[in-house]
Amino acid sequence: MSTLDVAVRAPASRGERLDPLALLALPATAYLGIAFAVPLVLLLVTSVWTPAGLTIDGYVKFFSDSYGWRVMWNALRAALWTTAICLVIGYPVGFALARSRGVVQVLLLVALILPLSVGVVVKAFAWTILLRSNGVVNQMLLATGIASEPVRFIFTEAGLVVGAVNIFLSFMVLPIFSVVKLIDGRLLDAAATLGASPLHRFLRVTVPLSMPGVIAGIAFVFSMAISMYVIPTLLMGDRYQTMSTLIARSYLFMRDRSLGSAVAVVLLGIAVAVVVISGWLARRSRDVR
Amino acid sequence: MTIAMWTITAMVVLFLIAPLVVVVAVSFSASPVFNLPPPSWSARWYERLWRLRDFWPAVRTSLEIAALSTAISLVLGTLCAIAVERGRFPGRDALVTFAVSPLMMPGLVVGVALLQMLRQVGFRDAWMSLLIGHIVITLPYVIRTVLASLSLFDFTLIDAARTLGCSYPKALLKVMVPVLAPAFLTSGLFAFLASMDNYPISIFLTDARTKTLPVQILTYLEETPDPTIAAISTGLIVMTIVVLLLADRLVGLRRIAEL
Repeated sequence: MSTLDVAVRAPASRGERLDPLALLALPATAYLGIAFAVPLVLLLVTSVWTPAGLTIDGYVKFFSDSYGWRVMWNALRAALWTTAICLVIGYPVGFALARSRGVVQVLLLVALILPLSVGVVVKAFAWTILLRSNGVVNQMLLATGIASEPVRFIFTEAGLVVGAVNIFLSFMVLPIFSVVKLIDGRLLDAAATLGASPLHRFLRVTVPLSMPGVIAGIAFVFSMAISMYVIPTLLMGDRYQTMSTLIARSYLFMRDRSLGSAVAVVLLGIAVAVVVISGWLARRSRDVR
Repeated sequence: MTIAMWTITAMVVLFLIAPLVVVVAVSFSASPVFNLPPPSWSARWYERLWRLRDFWPAVRTSLEIAALSTAISLVLGTLCAIAVERGRFPGRDALVTFAVSPLMMPGLVVGVALLQMLRQVGFRDAWMSLLIGHIVITLPYVIRTVLASLSLFDFTLIDAARTLGCSYPKALLKVMVPVLAPAFLTSGLFAFLASMDNYPISIFLTDARTKTLPVQILTYLEETPDPTIAAISTGLIVMTIVVLLLADRLVGLRRIAEL
């Protein structure tokens, strides 16, 4: 529809009527409403409503027991470590990617995008091989003299975090890259002209400007790490429980719906909180600019 | 500082590539345990994979579900993106947030919730349940990417094409579709790969007869951990490389990285 059409038609529509284009959004919205939103609302309802009536049994069972807190702390601790390590090593890599040109940049992109596309199941399986006591990691540690005897990695939290960092790292690097490459180099030159030292330029110009990418990266990695399921299942085994594995167990093996749905709601709450907080932080960091 | 940055980057590249190299190496090992480097090389795990036949129904289910959910998402997602970008109605920002939110929600919770609802209405067909669940995660990819691409599209080009004598549908086809093609391609590829790899939603929706490949792989790993899994994983890696090469030829890696 051309602007002319709009100008001619404008008086006829009162401005109150819904734009017919909105109808195009209807199929997707209706779909996600029925297959995504309604089930989540039903989950909330079933977590407090059983055939016997209103109850908070599931929540009581989860929170009253030290086991529930331990499970939650397991998930949080692994997610926090994973996110922190991803940030520390992902930040310089995001920079390197933005600075690199030509073949080097292509190689870096391949190294980031290929593992990202291969899928969690394959990579988690690979880490079960890498982390074995006679696995590659241990052979390297022994060969370089860092360790004098094989270190136990598989079925330890350190091993879990190493695997998770490996699998989620691209989600930290790519958002940082996409923001850093937009930073205007002249801003740094201007700061240098005004007498700022390299460290000062980095801390006062580069870091604030890269914050949107950092926030997005942290939000991605944390929300994936807190709810990871395949990785702990393969790298930690059955004895170690996180919220995800507990949900799966309560539904698939224990047939304990009230506990499962309660834990699912708690995990959902954490995910929503991450989205809301990161959105708020992102808006704030944009306003600072 | 530059040296430190490049040293870290080089180590990270090795770290990221290591799992893939290990999987491929183990798949060609002659030994049933995961020794590296393998004592001798063989293709026995590929032969075993061929003979086993456990995996082929799962491969088929996964390919069907991934292809169909991607195709459906491309249609629904593009329509939705056009509505948001061109339409003038309230709540468009909220609509986008809602449409993209399945990507930020724990897959396991989405799967459990869907399972519960389908059970409550008495729906038990595993294949259809899987399709329904997978569209929930493939649709947001398409909406997000096509929307980003549409927001850069200059719609006056369509008016220009019409002034020059194109009909409206023809103008859309000749002007808008080529500009959006990279977005269709990248979002389609990532949606497809996400569906192929999905475990947390699939685990609740499969049954004994209808399993997706990731579910079958994990079941097999629990029962007989041998390099057969490495062989099928190598197959998945090769598939991914082919898909990415295709995307690189058609769109370019740099554009893929933007997403």
